[in-house]
Amino acid sequence: MVEWTAEERAAIQDIFNSLDYEDVGPKALQRCLIVYPWCQRYFGGFGNLYNAEAILSNPMVAAHGIVVLHGLDRAMKNMDDIKQTYAELSVLHSEKLHVDPDNFKLLADCLSVVIAGKMGTNFTPEIQAAWQKFLSVVVSALGRQYH
Amino acid sequence: MSLSDKEKNTVKDFFAKVVSRSDDIGNESLTRLLVVYPQTKSYFAHWKETTPYSAPVKKHGITVMGGVYEAVSKIDDLKAGLLTLSELHAFMLRVDPVNFKLFNNCLLVVLSMLFPDDFTPQVHVAVDKFMALLSLALAEKYR
Repeated sequence: MVEWTAEERAAIQDIFNSLDYEDVGPKALQRCLIVYPWCQRYFGGFGNLYNAEAILSNPMVAAHGIVVLHGLDRAMKNMDDIKQTYAELSVLHSEKLHVDPDNFKLLADCLSVVIAGKMGTNFTPEIQAAWQKFLSVVVSALGRQYH
Repeated sequence: MSLSDKEKNTVKDFFAKVVSRSDDIGNESLTRLLVVYPQTKSYFAHWKETTPYSAPVKKHGITVMGGVYEAVSKIDDLKAGLLTLSELHAFMLRVDPVNFKLFNNCLLVVLSMLFPDDFTPQVHVAVDKFMALLSLALAEKYR
């Protein structure tokens, strides 16, 4: 089981409390599709993803970014059992969406970059450590049910 | 995954733009490496301290950024340009190359943090590719 210090819980809670889902969600997914273009393979039905400008103005990408970010809410509310909380989502990503679990880390990295951009120096080293630890637990849980 | 001419220019322009804060970038990036990935402290057991923003960390951040900027100036042939640095890392420092990725992750976060408006997705992908190629060139002489 993952151990969380009080400081880590507080850091993660703080980030979620001030999270602008409508801004960060789209930005994180857009960045993922631009920086790691092979991720576009999962979004065949999203229309024009031909270049950065197209991705940045694509409404389906923006909408889906918000969906994905809200997906993190349940992990934040169940930090002591993220593995179980995400069992169903993991099955979904494996059996239905067929997403290579290595991609989860790529989106997580882009999310950290976007949050760093928004928080500036408030994104201290300690907060970064807590946040990346949280994301790595989420990533691990999402890949757990693959076989 | 090599850099296009456009990406090379993006990298050169961005790093030229932020050069005045190169010391801060180094300090922040190295501090975060040691905090977020504590196993990296194993390479600095000979330092008096590895606490965030401490003197040895600050000093070494400057050294590391010097290397990054040297790589920017040699962006057209990183392998040849970073030969000496690669020999240093391979034979003397013997830093496991897996740690280069960890440093790169911290650098990207710091660049986004300090330059949120300039570190656009387009700049991000070019810099990420550049750092990956830099890391590869640095590992060239390992075996």
